[in-house]
Amino acid sequence: MYKIIKKETLSPSVKLMKIEAAFIARKAEPGQFIILRVSEKGERIPLTIADYDRAEGTVTIIFQEVGKTTKELGKMEEGQELLDFVGPLGTASHFENIKKAAVIGGGLGTAIAYPQAKKLHNLGIEVHSVIGFRNKDLIILENEMSKVSNKLIVATDDGSNGIKGFVTDELKKLIEQGNTYDLVIAIGPLIMMKAVCILTKQYDIKTIVSMNPVMIDGTGMCGGCRVTVGGNTKFACVDGPDFDGHEVDFDEAIRRQMMYKSFEKQALEDHACRLGGASNA
Amino acid sequence: MPNMSPYKVKIPEQPPEIRNKNFLEVSLGYTCEMAKEEAQRCLQCKTKPCMAGCPVNVKIPDFILHIACGEFEKAYEIINETNRLPAICGRVCPQESQCEKFCVRGVKGEPVGIGRLERFAADWYMSNRSPKAENIHRTQTKVAVIGSGPAGLTCAGDLAGMGYDVTIFEAFHTPGGVLMYGIPEFRLPKDLVQKEIENLKQLGVKINTNMVIGKVFSLEELQQEGYQAIFIGSGAGLPNFMGIPGENLNGVYSSNEFLTRINLMKAYRFPQYDTPVRVGRNVAVIGGGNVAMDAARSAKRLGAEKVYIVYRRSEKELPARLEEVHHAREEGIIFKLLTNPTQILGTEDGWVQGMECVEMELGEPDKSGRRRPIEKKNSKHVLDVDIVIIAIGQSPNPLIKSTTQNLDTYDWGGIIAEEATGATSIPGIYAGGDAVTGAATVILAMGSGKNAAKAIDQYLKRQGYY
Repeated sequence: MYKIIKKETLSPSVKLMKIEAAFIARKAEPGQFIILRVSEKGERIPLTIADYDRAEGTVTIIFQEVGKTTKELGKMEEGQELLDFVGPLGTASHFENIKKAAVIGGGLGTAIAYPQAKKLHNLGIEVHSVIGFRNKDLIILENEMSKVSNKLIVATDDGSNGIKGFVTDELKKLIEQGNTYDLVIAIGPLIMMKAVCILTKQYDIKTIVSMNPVMIDGTGMCGGCRVTVGGNTKFACVDGPDFDGHEVDFDEAIRRQMMYKSFEKQALEDHACRLGGASNA
Repeated sequence: MPNMSPYKVKIPEQPPEIRNKNFLEVSLGYTCEMAKEEAQRCLQCKTKPCMAGCPVNVKIPDFILHIACGEFEKAYEIINETNRLPAICGRVCPQESQCEKFCVRGVKGEPVGIGRLERFAADWYMSNRSPKAENIHRTQTKVAVIGSGPAGLTCAGDLAGMGYDVTIFEAFHTPGGVLMYGIPEFRLPKDLVQKEIENLKQLGVKINTNMVIGKVFSLEELQQEGYQAIFIGSGAGLPNFMGIPGENLNGVYSSNEFLTRINLMKAYRFPQYDTPVRVGRNVAVIGGGNVAMDAARSAKRLGAEKVYIVYRRSEKELPARLEEVHHAREEGIIFKLLTNPTQILGTEDGWVQGMECVEMELGEPDKSGRRRPIEKKNSKHVLDVDIVIIAIGQSPNPLIKSTTQNLDTYDWGGIIAEEATGATSIPGIYAGGDAVTGAATVILAMGSGKNAAKAIDQYLKRQGYY
């Protein structure tokens, strides 16, 4: 069960894994996620489904090694098996009456934006994609995104790949060049999604964002993933993770993200300790 | 000659000031001598009034008689005929409102400690005997059970005992449902739950974990996969919130989340286990049920200085078992009764820094027969807490309802099922436990699982299976 069929390093800390999970692959849709556990004492962590292959019975995940669990996951090799892998969770995105869309990916968020762009592309929708990274070494999925986009802009914060700037700047340029989008999908750090939403609100373009809060079960049981949307409390795991970005209370979401920061640090330090300081956290 | 002491034989317990710092079981259970002595208090009434109070019809006087004679194995076997999870029931059943309520000895003095004796028999068997392989005639007929909590486990166990090919689908990575994620280790050791589940596996029950039915398979797809009948025991997995300002501040938990982190994910052993839980200095638990007591006592064990139970009615209306309230008090939990929270106060960066409450008084009885709490004027005050746990109940999880056409449910989310059989609006699909009733007790869920198993057996035979 849940065997790692393929492992790829996309950038120094970002890895891709194709996992054997036929039942999940059969049902998965873009926008949905899985929850996995690496070891018996491990946490349950949610990861958005980056791709799936129904015929092959595999689900692809892309993750950044930031915490203890993702670091442990990153050390696993092809042929090894994950302990738990459950899904597909969350509500899939639906696209109707859209002719032209902009897909914005920030950093690792590009991995989540990719299946959305692919789905839009396969529906015959014109897709303009803007993906942004801190520097050129961190760029991921450039080829994949270009295959499903009519136009692709890759920006870096430091300009090390030639285009310096934030994704919001690039999106703004596209809009001002006269592109009219029926929909913007923005996926990345909360602060980036918030900035995109502020921009698209000015132009009154419907914007979907993908929330990735702390959660345990992923089935609506714990309520840890509460997000305020349009003044109402929603559970990202069942009501989302995709929400209307103009309705999301990003400031609250950013605060809620801090809930376990001190513990995460402790877990990581403890982990590094047991590895004899080998980890470069 | 029966033992005519008006009191139950005292059960050894960890002292409160020790146990409120660890997660080991509070009650240590009877020794063989204590059990025999307590069993001798049973008058062996011909009418067996106690049995009328048991949702799974345990032959109470019979098993007690065997304990009194020192035939512990036989006592266990009698219990196990009708109750497949005796070590669990002996610990978490509200005996005072069920079997023991009808015990004749309770008229003058304390009733026979039926729960303690059931627990004794189950524990004795677990540590002295290994489960026997039962000789069961097996059929090819497949039954799916959704959820591995008390309702699902009971239904699955009974059906497997009848020879059906039973598969349980569990959403979490470990089976047991609320027995694993909800009830704390100090009331119900998790090893013991897993042993009871192992016994069911011995009976032939298969358990598929990591399966969220409604997502990975719909009920219709399970039927297409050849399951001739389905039992839904998916529980009350949707936490209720108060709807007061400040509920999304950092430091506000649903009791589900708080307890799941601690029990299922073992956050009380962080950092050995990876999942953390935040306990803070002072904790307010809103609610007065068993779940509220569990959350409060867990918070205390994790080192909180002051832990409050905040409940809007009075002591008399507390829905928790008396024993739980008593244990909580002994462990230093502070009861703020007739108190209702109005908002949770936060710091600028979004952390809980207090809870504003008002005092209440009791007015006329409401629909539930309990006196309605009314706000006292000018009674607003702030409780100095940095963690708030909301334990005001759970509703049925909507995942299955929302993905199953023609499955009738109440407005509040409960699946509509016939009380005696668990039959739903779809032929061949049965339901029971909290998914039907909303949050109730382990034993009621087990009773409904048992009834549904009987009804499923009859249904399958009518359909020509078996």
